[in-house]
Amino acid sequence: MSLKKSLLLGGSLFAAAVVAGPVMAKTLVYCSEGSPEGFTPSLYTSGTTFDASARNIYNKLVEFKPGTTEIVPGLAESWEVSKDGKEYTFHLRKGVKFHTTKWFTPSRDFNADDVIFSFDRQGNKENPYHNVSGGTYQYYDAMDMPDLLERIEKIDDYTVKFVLSHPEAAMIANLAMGFASIQSAEYADAMMANKDAFDQKPVGTGPFQLVGYQKDAVIRYKANPDYWNGKAPLDNLVFAITPDASVRYQKLVAGECHVMAYPNPADLEAMSKDPNITLLQQEGLNIGYMAYNTQMPPFDNPKVRKALNMAINKEAILNAVFQGIGQVAKNPIPPTMWSYNNEIVDDPYDPEAAKAILEAEGVKDLEMKVWAMPVQRPYNPNARRMAELIQSDFAKVGVDVEIVTYEWGEYLKRSSDVNRDGAVLLGWVGDNGDPDNFLAVLLSCEAVGGSNRSQWCNEEFNDLIEKAKLVSDVDERTRLYEEAQVVFKREAPWATIAHSLVSEPISVRVQNYKIDPFGGHYFYGVDLK
Amino acid sequence: MLRLILKKIGLLVPTFIGVTLTSFFFIRLLPGDPILLLAGERGVDPERYQELMVKFGYNEPIWQQYLSYLGKLFQGDLGVSIVTKQPVLQEFMTLFPATVELGVCAIIFAIVVGLPAGIIAAVKRGKTLDHSVMTTALVGYSMPIFWWGLLLIILFSGTLGWTPVSGRIDLINYWIDEPVTGFMLIDTWFVDQPGAFASAVQHLILPTVVLGTIPLAVIARQTRSAMLEVLDEDYVRTARAKGLSNFRVIGVHALRNALIPVITIIGLQIGVLFAGAILTENIFSWPGVGKWMVDSIFRRDYPSVQGGLLMIAVIVMIVNLVVDLLYGLINPKIRHTE
Repeated sequence: MSLKKSLLLGGSLFAAAVVAGPVMAKTLVYCSEGSPEGFTPSLYTSGTTFDASARNIYNKLVEFKPGTTEIVPGLAESWEVSKDGKEYTFHLRKGVKFHTTKWFTPSRDFNADDVIFSFDRQGNKENPYHNVSGGTYQYYDAMDMPDLLERIEKIDDYTVKFVLSHPEAAMIANLAMGFASIQSAEYADAMMANKDAFDQKPVGTGPFQLVGYQKDAVIRYKANPDYWNGKAPLDNLVFAITPDASVRYQKLVAGECHVMAYPNPADLEAMSKDPNITLLQQEGLNIGYMAYNTQMPPFDNPKVRKALNMAINKEAILNAVFQGIGQVAKNPIPPTMWSYNNEIVDDPYDPEAAKAILEAEGVKDLEMKVWAMPVQRPYNPNARRMAELIQSDFAKVGVDVEIVTYEWGEYLKRSSDVNRDGAVLLGWVGDNGDPDNFLAVLLSCEAVGGSNRSQWCNEEFNDLIEKAKLVSDVDERTRLYEEAQVVFKREAPWATIAHSLVSEPISVRVQNYKIDPFGGHYFYGVDLK
Repeated sequence: MLRLILKKIGLLVPTFIGVTLTSFFFIRLLPGDPILLLAGERGVDPERYQELMVKFGYNEPIWQQYLSYLGKLFQGDLGVSIVTKQPVLQEFMTLFPATVELGVCAIIFAIVVGLPAGIIAAVKRGKTLDHSVMTTALVGYSMPIFWWGLLLIILFSGTLGWTPVSGRIDLINYWIDEPVTGFMLIDTWFVDQPGAFASAVQHLILPTVVLGTIPLAVIARQTRSAMLEVLDEDYVRTARAKGLSNFRVIGVHALRNALIPVITIIGLQIGVLFAGAILTENIFSWPGVGKWMVDSIFRRDYPSVQGGLLMIAVIVMIVNLVVDLLYGLINPKIRHTE
């Protein structure tokens, strides 16, 4: 063999060794949009925080099946509900290990004490952790848990009973939410001398455990080797915190991340053409709407509201504001949600008929305000543009619209006011996949002056949703909610505008990634090829 | 000299009080309520709202809130963030090294390129080289940072693949989980991970260029005009007449005197750097105080905004004090007249 050939052979062998190398750990990088507020999910409300904590570090008693709103067993293997709907008994999974980390080594498996601690911290002001890290539990409050949850009883180490003050059909769905994440009571006891660190250095039972976090830069996790459902296919998970959507896209293109959050709608077309990117899309669990103030004339007249709804060209809005990525809404809940009433026929776009109805109702030279949100949301990517389109639609039926906007906090406050003037653009993204989370929060009499921006209190509708809350039979609940949607359509407190599609670009190397209908990011089961 | 220093420090006291006043009241003048912003679309019931107002102390009269803020401040307590519930000082100190690292690199880049560019333009006054340098400086000065940053990312990272897109280090291959100093260049130098330091350097290139562009343009223009003035002085002409080399005349005799206004400008650029850092850090996902401040303002996180503004103001004041003292070293005339 000549020297040249030997060198070539040696060189190629060396190159092969470098390329093959040792078996590389599988590290998936997710370009997230911001820093988590902390790592105890019950203290916070943002999806960013839940991605970094509840969805990957912790488990709940029940979980959402990945990519769906279906409830599946989590840390509770099974459960029973008493006949009166006021007692939920959970049978807990045995042999579940909490994470062994640099800052804590558990001496026992997960048990009933951990469940009791996790809820007691939020509800019991005497709990030593209640006031730690600011001590505000907004989701616990928002889901009405202080009134609903009378007590939790430990039957034995692996059985707990939740006793409610009244039946609540959405209870199980509530327990799959981030705030219901189960934390370690043993770890809490061990951290009594430094309670703040408990919320910054998490110990969970989930598929990934925290390795390190640098604010605004990176969060590192490794797969939990003892995960009760089997170790995750990924070895490491990295959240590269990248606030700008265009930069996230460039990082995905450059291979610096494998999954990116919240793409710019304008980039979607280019992404769909890139051979190295798979663009996943799924109907989101959301609704964008315009709420009239049904307590103020002439919007107290359902016929006027109906007529105005008929004047809105929703298709045009879908194309201009949502870039066509979504669907026109006819109901107050999204089509992916159970009990969605598909029999309902939407008000047709008919400016002439709308004009005639307005005239017949004696509405002449109407001047009104349309409120445009100052922020971008999945249910409304450009409220200003939407308001302008509605303004031009209403002009065609002789209604003069003035567009107003306020700083976001002010907007939320003022739009809740019962004496508010005009129609408000707003929307909602579901928390737990239960219709009650839309219909009761946004349209019940109880929410008037708060999250019910139409200030609409209709006895017939309210009775139906109240009844649906008390029964646990899903068929019966479906029937009640379908009926409630009929009442909603007839009375038209809102103009239902659109349900947007959620888009998520991922590298073609990523396998088994599923879009979460709640907008979350789960990495258990995801693999890299 | 000691008297001078004490006098300068004395002057900083009213400035410091002014800063506490503005930072406290400025954020409260903006419409918006931190509690409502945290609650979002969900809203918060009035009873709970009142409870939270009491918890955060926002139910007190505003002057009382200010006094209690000042009281805590003098004990070194900047308060706790409403959003993350972490001490503001701790958050600031965690993020500050990243801003300093980027700022120092940017100012070094601006001086290393801007100073010679200005000198060359002055020496070649009226020539093509002068026009080219000054036109480039004007373009650099007028460049919107956000656009400039994205443009460089798309060109050098996206298309050419020469530099990383954003961040401080390659996250797939290197793990710096417990930074010792917070300065990535130092931490990666000492960590036992081959290639980590090079990766940190690569990640610094684009943000340094983007943040350094405006100061560079300012320094180049200022150096040129200061040099032009000095080059016309009699002593320069004398030096030339004595047969000194061009390099000595420009580099030693002219430059030293031209440096005084340039140093003033460099000192003033520290404030500009903080302003530029807000945008640069956002584009390059750089975990510094600029990005943190913007987030805090949007969330009406009063304690973070107050604390952050105060810390930045104090740092700018200290830098300016140092610059003032530096004049004395460079120009004895100033030292004596003060």
